[in-house]
Amino acid sequence: MATRTDPKKDVVILGLGWTGSILGMELAQEGLEILALERGEDRNTVPDFQYPGVIDELKYGIRYGFMQKPTKMTLTVRHNTEQTALPYRHLGSFLPGDGVGGAGIHWNGHTWRTQDVELRLKSYVEETFGADIIPEGMQIQDWGVTQEELEPYYDRLEYMMGISGKAGNINGEIQEGGNPFEAPRARDYPNPPLDNTYDAELFADAARKFGYHPFPRPAANASRAYTNEYGMQLGPCNYCGFCERFGCLNYSKASPQTCILDALKQKPNFSYKTHAEVLKIEKAADGKTATGVTYFDEKTGDEVFQPADLVLVCTYSLNNVHLLLLSGIGQPYDPATGEGVVGRNYSYQMTGGTALFFKDKNFNPFIGTGSVGMSIDDFSISQIDFAEEGFIGGSYITGGHTGGRPIQQLSTPPGTPSWGQGWKEAAGQWYACKMSIGSHGSNMSYRDCYLDLDPTYTDRHGRPLMRMTFNWKDNDIKMTQFMKGKIEEVAKSMNPDKMASGFKHDGSQYDVRPYQSTHNVGGAIMGTDPKTSVINRYLQSWDCHNVFVMGASAYPQNTQYNPTGPLGALAYWAADAIRKDYLKNPRPLM
Amino acid sequence: MTDIPGRVSRRGFLMGSAASAAYATLMNPSLSYAQGELPPLEEYEPVYFTADEWRFVMAACDRLIPAEGDGPGALETRVPVFIDLQMAGSFGDASDWYMAGPHQPDADPLLGFQSPLTPAQIYRQAIPAFQEWCQTTHGDAFENLDSATKDKALTSLQKGDVALAPELRDFFSFLLQNTKEGYFADPKYGGNYQLKAWAYIGFPGARAAYTEWVTRHNQTYPLPALSISGERA
Repeated sequence: MATRTDPKKDVVILGLGWTGSILGMELAQEGLEILALERGEDRNTVPDFQYPGVIDELKYGIRYGFMQKPTKMTLTVRHNTEQTALPYRHLGSFLPGDGVGGAGIHWNGHTWRTQDVELRLKSYVEETFGADIIPEGMQIQDWGVTQEELEPYYDRLEYMMGISGKAGNINGEIQEGGNPFEAPRARDYPNPPLDNTYDAELFADAARKFGYHPFPRPAANASRAYTNEYGMQLGPCNYCGFCERFGCLNYSKASPQTCILDALKQKPNFSYKTHAEVLKIEKAADGKTATGVTYFDEKTGDEVFQPADLVLVCTYSLNNVHLLLLSGIGQPYDPATGEGVVGRNYSYQMTGGTALFFKDKNFNPFIGTGSVGMSIDDFSISQIDFAEEGFIGGSYITGGHTGGRPIQQLSTPPGTPSWGQGWKEAAGQWYACKMSIGSHGSNMSYRDCYLDLDPTYTDRHGRPLMRMTFNWKDNDIKMTQFMKGKIEEVAKSMNPDKMASGFKHDGSQYDVRPYQSTHNVGGAIMGTDPKTSVINRYLQSWDCHNVFVMGASAYPQNTQYNPTGPLGALAYWAADAIRKDYLKNPRPLM
Repeated sequence: MTDIPGRVSRRGFLMGSAASAAYATLMNPSLSYAQGELPPLEEYEPVYFTADEWRFVMAACDRLIPAEGDGPGALETRVPVFIDLQMAGSFGDASDWYMAGPHQPDADPLLGFQSPLTPAQIYRQAIPAFQEWCQTTHGDAFENLDSATKDKALTSLQKGDVALAPELRDFFSFLLQNTKEGYFADPKYGGNYQLKAWAYIGFPGARAAYTEWVTRHNQTYPLPALSISGERA
């Protein structure tokens, strides 16, 4: 029961990260009265990411100073429907952000476009290889939007973020030195590629000898001074090595703070509140629209009803799904019957890598930035014969490193003891001499990998936690083992003194403890059929037409790439549909 | 130092913290010792650990990162001080973690930490349990064993061969992780004394500006390590 009702707004935005900031900016230009509610604290480059305080590995890299605190919000996890799910009590496998800027402050900055075939994966597989190659229980779908439709929105995103990179395909013409397997783009990236570290160069040279096509990984780490369409300015990256898990001290990493918020805060019709945690989206009596949201005002202890005409759900993907489940918007998914949609098709990211140790090389590992590296897309989804290889999926493969922070990023060769004199001496001997080649791969969606409400555990407000049911499947393990073979071939050709691989293998179960990826996707997926999706192709709820749900929760299965590019492009795409169509005549757009 | 509204300044933190005395010595070494020098580790008064626990922590750190061989050991870098201060702080009391029940501490380890106890409580309960095992198995308290036997005992603990209650099963992994954290974290947390661990491996610490060095491949970076407070190795 709300203890206070505030004056109505045209738009309420839930969560002030990337998508909330993009939507805020776009809709503020329509003159709408907008309020953004952010559950975490306010954050600005100064003082929050200021040198030297932010160069603190323990506080931010290890104790997760900028991340969601499980004591305030977490979920439960189990491997299958027979198991009892238990709370994710401290962070490990994935690191949701909180606070203004969200995960957009502590990401690496890898900014990819998906491949065209990834957006119509089910159709592509059926047309190219036949429906019978899709294994029992796999539940892949088309997104309902094409690469061609999204191109202008990717373009806006990349120019807003000041991405450093090299185009591989401009209007169908392959560009030397870029990614020849990318979908056609209208123009090159706004900034040239970053300078390469030694390991990235060595990998690229080796990959070329195999006939592969290395290119600079597209980076939201500015390679030069840059001003974007909102007048926001980025400074050139100084390769400080404290990028992912940290806010950028140097105004170089694209984040809501560096690219949007100071401009947005100038708009008199935009305001935001921090420490305002949305508890529920409230529905009208007929259930066809939302009337606003109820949130907990941490500063006053009040429960506040905030009425609004338009509700934009822009929190972290997992929290988006949790809010829909708690609010009764959309029918919860039931894996037994396959009916219902909210929580359907949760998927993750399949990663792996090989470490190479060279006695006579010094990589200066502490010199790095979030996205520097040379990648190949020769084993991407569009390049693999799924029928031949026996799996559906793909990876991009990268040589490069982001930093040499010693607690997290130091590693020793295989056979080194984990402590004692042997560990200490190996740490000193190999710290500077190690590089790695990583695989960043897709993860398909499955009938029994999903999200629902936990029957036992509750949050501090007494609301049920969300429950994740997830495990690795044979298809994706085959994919990553295929990548292991390709990577080890290149690695061996580089003649390291020692080598060690870490890939999921037969029998690998999902382990919540080691960090793997904060690419939790799906659960509020987009599509063109309300029976199999939560939102339509404009990210509009099928059930409540004035509720739009942004973010990677929209992905019907995970792509082989990092999720920020598509979710940013989709935010601009949805903003355009709202501005050009919905506002004039609010209704279901499909 | 200007206090930023809504944020705890270092001064405010020092005045309010249980660890204030220890931090005051740590942060103001010039009060009674030469710049960069601290009172000997043997004179340190633990904030969290009891005298018995402290003897164990000192002895265990000394084996996990021993003085022998290349590079500084855990005692030379004051790692036990780091662990003590961590136990007295928000890590020790799991203040960021979801600690609500019901608990299933014997659950599949793949589902992660499930103990009802905080890390500080786990150290408190596990140390005497391990000491008892050392008495029974090796005939003495851990700190009194010779180095080879200490290593054997720690290996048994790591392998799970020491019968601990399931609530305590993460004890060794905390001990090892915290020891390495203390070795490599910024010296402001009490370990990595005089940036010795950073200097040893060649990590320049908080320099955080390498624009002109990115393309100097396979060359040795020349500047010494720097801490957040400006101390140099």
